[in-house]
Amino acid sequence: MSYKTVMMRPQDTVATALEQIPAGVKLTVQCQDHTFDVELKDEIQFGHKFAVTPIKQGEDILKYGEVIGVSTGEIAVGEHVHVHNLEGKRGRGDRVVKST
Amino acid sequence: MSNLPKGKFWGYRRSDGKVGVRNHVLILPTITCAAQAAKQITELVDGTVSFIHQHGCTQVGVDYEQTFRTYVGIGANPNVYGVVVLGLGCETHQARSVADELAKTGKPVEVVSIQDHGGTLMAVAQGAKIATQMVQDASAQMRELCDFSELMIGTECGGSDACSGLSANPAVGVVSDRIVEYGGTAILAETTELIGAEHLLADRAVNEKVKKRVYEVIEAMESRAIMMGIDIRTGNPTPGNIRGGLSSLEEKSLGAATKAGASPLQELIDYAEAPSKKGLVWMDTPGQDIEQMTGMVAGGAQIVLFTTGRGTPTGSPIAPVIKISTNSALFESMADNMDLDAGTIIEGKETIEGVGQRILDEIGIVASGKRTKSEILKQHDFGIWRIGPTF
Repeated sequence: MSYKTVMMRPQDTVATALEQIPAGVKLTVQCQDHTFDVELKDEIQFGHKFAVTPIKQGEDILKYGEVIGVSTGEIAVGEHVHVHNLEGKRGRGDRVVKST
Repeated sequence: MSNLPKGKFWGYRRSDGKVGVRNHVLILPTITCAAQAAKQITELVDGTVSFIHQHGCTQVGVDYEQTFRTYVGIGANPNVYGVVVLGLGCETHQARSVADELAKTGKPVEVVSIQDHGGTLMAVAQGAKIATQMVQDASAQMRELCDFSELMIGTECGGSDACSGLSANPAVGVVSDRIVEYGGTAILAETTELIGAEHLLADRAVNEKVKKRVYEVIEAMESRAIMMGIDIRTGNPTPGNIRGGLSSLEEKSLGAATKAGASPLQELIDYAEAPSKKGLVWMDTPGQDIEQMTGMVAGGAQIVLFTTGRGTPTGSPIAPVIKISTNSALFESMADNMDLDAGTIIEGKETIEGVGQRILDEIGIVASGKRTKSEILKQHDFGIWRIGPTF
């Protein structure tokens, strides 16, 4: 059984599920001439993201070919990428207060 | 209306040359204390609209000016035939001052004041009497064939999900480009939701001045979060956005920015300001749906395109809002609120270009009189972006 996903730009490190996909499913994600084989580590809800490449702690996470935030831990291929392991870099007044 | 000529619609020509797609008589309360009386007039007189708000007194400086500009802009919107400006009498934002500005458009404008007319009942009676005549005059006006170059479209995304940036927003981007090609105006707004995507828009600025303003308004908005010492994600993306798969403001912004198509950015205007140029224009507004929509309508937008992934009923008392779902499940679950579905893009049944064309066709029909769901459900939302303290 195949599931619908979308990856916006070849340099992206995440793809988006276009339907609910159970953990353990093996997927092939394509974007232009790049192909990624992914085995999902988590269940991915409709509209949510998973990693298509390993992402290191502190590394920028890319979607639309642009930075959507930074990784707060090691993220393996097929892992759910969301607010538990992705932090936005913009509008972070909390950081400014902590550093002063 | 299926034989509507391409790029044309049936609109109401105003004395200032602008074209309305609706023919409302507006009861405009310049102060929150007059809002209930204004509502009572709309209950008595068919063909009138009004709105509830919390502004109009003890505001100073730029905040006073912004609220004043919003009142005048809403009354001046070409969808409004005539205005009854309803004041209390002692407020900071005097009804007479608003009416004097509105009179410059040449449309019928009258002032009623609750204190001067001996209380609520007398003011409501006087307002209703004036409004009745205005509605009858308005209803005698015929629509005429107008060109899309006379349209100003406001674009908005609210209750976004991860599909917003994949389906409905890029489809609205196609529409934005087409409206610009026709010689009309498309307003991009929601500065908060462009944080993280500003470099893409700055690259499309027509000159250095506009480019500089892009970074200035973004910095001003972002610094509000920083000044408050908060992570902006405590408010945006919203809990619903996050459930829908959006993880950060940057991700939301990159999806939101696709609404702006690929046209050059002509200018960056203040909240509720009327654009001085045609083409793609960015209005500096917050991300909050109702405040930003009010700003665009006060700037002159006759129609609003509103994409949503989570679903929202938001509408305007003045402008038809065309609600576009980003996924087909939402289109079915909130059929009462949705006008069009862009989820067909996600399903692989339609292209972004194809949905854009369908939205463009709907604009012509709605501009000619077809009522949108939010109009039929009387979803008359209104909210002014308050930027200063109350004294």
